[in-house]
Amino acid sequence: MSKPIWIARDPAMCSGCRRCELICSMEHEGWMWPDASRIRVFMPFPGIEVPHLCAQCMDYPCIAGCPTKALSKDPNTGAVLVDRAKCISCGACIRACPGSVPYMHPGDNKATICDLCGGSPKCVEVCAEAGYNCLTLVNEPPNVHRKIYSRNPYDTAKDLAVKLFGEKGEEVIE
Amino acid sequence: MSANRTGVPGGYAGKWLDIDLTKDKIETVTFPYGILEQYFGGRGIAAKILWDRVGEKWSELDSLAPENPFIVATGPMTGIYPGARICVSGKSPANNGVIGSTAATETAVELKNAGYDGIIFTGKSETPVYLLITDNGVELVDAKHLWGLDSEETVIKLNKEVRDTLAKKMPRVGLWKEPATMYIGPAGENLVRNSAVCTKICHACGYGGYGALMGSKNLKAIAVKSRGKFPQVDAPETVKVLWRKVHADLIAVSPMRRWGTGAMGYGAGFGTSSEPIRNWQEEWHDEKQLGVNRYMDKYWVKVKWADFNCTTNCMKVSCIKNGKWKGDITDVPDYELQAYCGTNFGIYDAGDNIHLSTLMDKLGHSGINGANTVGLAAELYQRGILTEEDIGFKLEWGDVDAFDKLTRMMAYREGIGDILAEGSYRAAIKIAEMKGLPKKDVLKYVVHVKGIEIGAHGTRSDMDYTHDMTYAASVQGGDHTANVIDGYNDMSGNLYFDSAVYCSFTARGPSVALQFDFAKAVTGFPINITSWRKVNGPRITTLQKAFLLMGGPDLTWEPIKDDDNPPRYYEPLPSGPWKGKTTDKERVDLKIQAYFETLGWDARGIPKKETLERLDLGFLEKHMAKYR
Repeated sequence: MSKPIWIARDPAMCSGCRRCELICSMEHEGWMWPDASRIRVFMPFPGIEVPHLCAQCMDYPCIAGCPTKALSKDPNTGAVLVDRAKCISCGACIRACPGSVPYMHPGDNKATICDLCGGSPKCVEVCAEAGYNCLTLVNEPPNVHRKIYSRNPYDTAKDLAVKLFGEKGEEVIE
Repeated sequence: MSANRTGVPGGYAGKWLDIDLTKDKIETVTFPYGILEQYFGGRGIAAKILWDRVGEKWSELDSLAPENPFIVATGPMTGIYPGARICVSGKSPANNGVIGSTAATETAVELKNAGYDGIIFTGKSETPVYLLITDNGVELVDAKHLWGLDSEETVIKLNKEVRDTLAKKMPRVGLWKEPATMYIGPAGENLVRNSAVCTKICHACGYGGYGALMGSKNLKAIAVKSRGKFPQVDAPETVKVLWRKVHADLIAVSPMRRWGTGAMGYGAGFGTSSEPIRNWQEEWHDEKQLGVNRYMDKYWVKVKWADFNCTTNCMKVSCIKNGKWKGDITDVPDYELQAYCGTNFGIYDAGDNIHLSTLMDKLGHSGINGANTVGLAAELYQRGILTEEDIGFKLEWGDVDAFDKLTRMMAYREGIGDILAEGSYRAAIKIAEMKGLPKKDVLKYVVHVKGIEIGAHGTRSDMDYTHDMTYAASVQGGDHTANVIDGYNDMSGNLYFDSAVYCSFTARGPSVALQFDFAKAVTGFPINITSWRKVNGPRITTLQKAFLLMGGPDLTWEPIKDDDNPPRYYEPLPSGPWKGKTTDKERVDLKIQAYFETLGWDARGIPKKETLERLDLGFLEKHMAKYR
């Protein structure tokens, strides 16, 4: 049994290169497919890039909200696993998630959520390889702060814009 | 050519959008396998499309007429090979030739994933529109509310508007990402002849004046959001391995990652004496306030900023948070704009330089070409050819407010700005007429080749990557991204990136062999550096040359006479370690002859009949015969 892991994230460090999306989709879909990546980088204004992925809330509201029990927690990593045969594409998980992280896959239209690559996330690997260190893998037990990171990326982007651009940052994202 | 292959080669989405803006008609068009193999994509395929669409009517076609196609092209490598870019083209409003003008943008990726390799626009919309491409379809959307907005405002509004549209049309898929966009600013709308097609608030397809072409069609923007996947490639497992390998090579190029091109604002002046200073009157300086650390320590808020699928990250995000220019956001600025919106205006303050670079981008000027024109005006003022009365104020070197004002006037065609908006070459002729001077007395201050203002890399010291015949021989004139380094081989290299459509900076690091192996694995074409240098490259260059020769209707470039550097490039450098050095005209002439010979053109640069036949360009023979 592996130790619990989490992908720590610092959007200010994101270069916007989208290699995380490319490697994730190659890993899960067999080919480059940014919009089927379990991690999605939002860029509501150039320079303001926000990686958006599951934060594994301690109370897993998505699992609780799924009417068909299609979602479950990976006992090893704590990731949310999707049973695609059981998913009815109802969107309850998206609504239950504080950050609207899950989305319907552009191919099979089923709920799609980060599975932490079973313990060694590829997105973290390519991010570190390029020296961006926006995503870092930590071995930490679950804590209350994780859920706070499950946040609408446009809200995060608005904060980041102020951090980077000062007062002007308040104007760049509508 | 792979005989008799059909279907869609790897890396291509397979079809193009063909849009008639006059008739509001949206169709698709495809190209045969053989044509894609011959012309690849981007700059190459754009030139072929222009021949097919305009052909022998070229000389009569006004570049701002509705019939001039505006082409937006990806290439087979776009998005898959690191460093995604888009290429735009058409009959150039700047010089009546064909430029393949590229910029980084996610639009290229979204377009391919939506199923399109490119877009051909013809006609003219009655009112301002933007093109919206989603998985729900392709439509022309009213853009009256966007017309007049600057780059920043356009990006902000479009991002929100398209997101809302998508959420409304397809609400059940979850949170929608922002669309990718390319657009024009006020300069393009007002048909400034060297204005840019812009992306991401500070990137520009700057050479060629295609902002004006978009403006002439009442086309404000293109917005794309697709959830599709990348096109299939010929050898996907190989591509996956090469992708990782190329990135490893890019990550190893540390100065570029650390500084981008931002170290050259000082380095190209002090180090190589090749930086435009006061409209190229000098090329050497020791102004340490233009040092890259002055930008980094005070203004960079993100030191590693990258475009799609790039780990070179030559971009950094600059922001001015206090003082007179508070709220200005741009990239590094990259070297070109450090030079053209800095030293070229006699401005050496990093903050003022960031401001003028931001302003150029906001207005939709090309920060190189537009700034060249503004710099020309300042020299004409210095020489007493333009007066305070002509301009409306004093235009002294180093006066940031004066340059700010003139840059705006040029975008809105106010006062003298209306003349400057014609681009450096045409503006000089108009000013000569206005002042009753012989044309050459004003043209001698214009730093251009064949109507394309020269990028910020001089040749007189011979210390930069550009040399004596670099611009003089190029079919894209002063374009510093598409030039002839020292013979046709290197030229074909640059031409390759613009046709495969990826960034020339993600081509730095990985070996040429690796890059062509990548191209082969993506497309399945039996392509290698030799075939590109001997066949594909010369084919595209020769076709572009034909367009230049045909030119017209208002400007045509004379063989030999116009295959030359501007007069300033033959003046001795007045300062610095290479003081007194200049470009050797005899050497230029000699090298140009060698260049023509290598390409199979005659002594005047007219493609020979056998060359046209060898390159499958037989359709040009009838027209080229006239020039021999």
